[in-house]
Amino acid sequence: MKLHEYQSKQLYAEHGVPIPRGEVAETPAQVRAIAEQLGGSVAVKSQVLVGGRGKAGGIRLAKSPEEAEQLAAAILELEINGLPVRKVLVDEASEIVTEIYLGVTNDRTQGTPVIIASAEGGIEIEEVARDHPEKIVRAWVDPLIGLRDYQARNLAAAMELPRQHWGEFSRMARGLFDTYWSLDATLAEINPLVITREEKLLALDGKIVLDDNALYRHPELEELRDLDEEAPSEREARGHGLSYVKLDGNIGCLVNGAGLAMATMDVIKGLGGEPANFLDIGGGADAEKVAAAIQIILSDPDVHAMMFNIFGGITRCDEVARGILMALEEVSREVYLVTRLVGTNEELGRRILAEAKMDTASSLVEAAEMVIAASKVSVSE
Amino acid sequence: MSILIDKQTRVLVQGITGREGLFHASQMMDYGTQVVAGVTPGKGGDWVLEGKIPVFDTVERALAATGANCSVLFVPARFVMDAMFEAADAGVPLVICITEGVPIQDMMKVRRYLDQEGVRLVGPNCPGLLTPGESKVGIIPGHITDPGSIGVVSRSGTLTYEVLYALQLRGLGVSTCVGIGGDPINGTGFTDVLQMFEDDPHTEAVVMIGEIGGSEEERAAEFISSSMTKPVVGFIAGRSAPPGKRMGHAGAIIEAGSGMAADKIAALQSAGVSVAEYPEAIPALLS
Repeated sequence: MKLHEYQSKQLYAEHGVPIPRGEVAETPAQVRAIAEQLGGSVAVKSQVLVGGRGKAGGIRLAKSPEEAEQLAAAILELEINGLPVRKVLVDEASEIVTEIYLGVTNDRTQGTPVIIASAEGGIEIEEVARDHPEKIVRAWVDPLIGLRDYQARNLAAAMELPRQHWGEFSRMARGLFDTYWSLDATLAEINPLVITREEKLLALDGKIVLDDNALYRHPELEELRDLDEEAPSEREARGHGLSYVKLDGNIGCLVNGAGLAMATMDVIKGLGGEPANFLDIGGGADAEKVAAAIQIILSDPDVHAMMFNIFGGITRCDEVARGILMALEEVSREVYLVTRLVGTNEELGRRILAEAKMDTASSLVEAAEMVIAASKVSVSE
Repeated sequence: MSILIDKQTRVLVQGITGREGLFHASQMMDYGTQVVAGVTPGKGGDWVLEGKIPVFDTVERALAATGANCSVLFVPARFVMDAMFEAADAGVPLVICITEGVPIQDMMKVRRYLDQEGVRLVGPNCPGLLTPGESKVGIIPGHITDPGSIGVVSRSGTLTYEVLYALQLRGLGVSTCVGIGGDPINGTGFTDVLQMFEDDPHTEAVVMIGEIGGSEEERAAEFISSSMTKPVVGFIAGRSAPPGKRMGHAGAIIEAGSGMAADKIAALQSAGVSVAEYPEAIPALLS
């Protein structure tokens, strides 16, 4: 789950990280009022959960409350990478001398948190990593001990930050790490962390991604979820314990297991079809869950054909087949469906489906070829 | 022959009185696994599975009474970190965590601690281990594979079953199948298992099933290139996955241009690995 800039910075501030004075607004009039309070010169920043806000014109500087109001009116009309702008953050403008990058994330290889810093702030860290890898410094944190003071100080030294800022930089690194660790974040980033003309250090931007598996420990953070972040169908799937990702194709896929679901999409795509979704129904695919999954797949109007790929293993295929038939009774829209069933009692499972006049297949490739052919017929009709 | 588990492995099931734990303990016994004990705090003194398996309150007591040397965990995600620490502190040398949905921070702590204590962890979010004809520890269906000389290592669950089944249909048996799990931070990795297969005299070739996300497959490719003499066949799931979207597994996500299937396939191919286009094409590449 991603958090907005304004939410992230608020959480940083609660952990002792200095941020600019500012407030969130939803109308140009509110923006004007906030700008007046802040003394006129402000940054108006769209709050959407996608990158590229600056390039899309979603972050603008205003010299007066009037200008802030006008800019806000334009920004609140924007759609950035498909997401409408509903809120803007109005921050007191800062006179920036230096821009630094500071972030914490999980190092998958080491299995520990890693703090990443760079004197090249203000641009995407991936860009720095590609073009100037020598300008990135890192500190790995022992998860059983936590961040040590010297590690933060060493980062400041490695970046060749002027000595007078080491103390404040270390406090900010500590605050950022504490935010990341106490909230079960997978990423907490300040980009840029700026040094102002008054020699103050500020977190000018913020981005936090939370570990969904740990949200149960932080019920207060669940309330920060922006429902625009995910498509309604993905949200509904989550409610049913299904893992669903909408794609652009026309072949609906229902599979048990994430790896097999990806492999099924790959086979469809490899043979010339276009998958409409990733859907992992998980273990214990009972009729109710199958029904919910089918409804979600068919809520996508682009879906012209469906393929179910169930590797039963220990699950009995005759039960799966009956579950599919029961689930289909509750669905009004009719599209082509081929089911591939493998596992205990697979012949019986296939016979049950065949008796209901449904196509079945024994191999993944065979099923994919059948559904691709059907998807092309449906499209040309 | 095999790696990690065999006929002698004495298995403790943590969370044995839960629905999943009980069901799979019974499946393991049916397969021939030596299930010797279960642990559920507060249920010590009970006997389960037709009175055959004693339940203990603590891992320490279970080990003292039964000499278990491997623990498999079916403990809910909220409690599983503690259960893994308990297993390690009691002296279990091999911990296999089936549980899905473990917070990443918990896994960072567990991995660090178990590494320090010299405890081998497989998982979490994995189907466990299977040495055909000898022992199964976890949830891999036993009947879809036969004893043989192919080592299988995978980040996935049902996709692994798909591959085992494809091998069985072509008459190819398996030495050991290891599911390392689909989480971003796990215990045993591809490279560890590849080393074990390289050292196992009865494994003649290896099938490695990876997926998008992270860079474990790339590191495995380096290892294969520098240190393996046995042939490796690979498959990478997620060629059609879009960037930035988590594909079911917590670890299956293309982030900031890294973790893409194409890069992993290229790395494996340059290490001499034949990479299959789809799972059912794997057996042909082994012959």
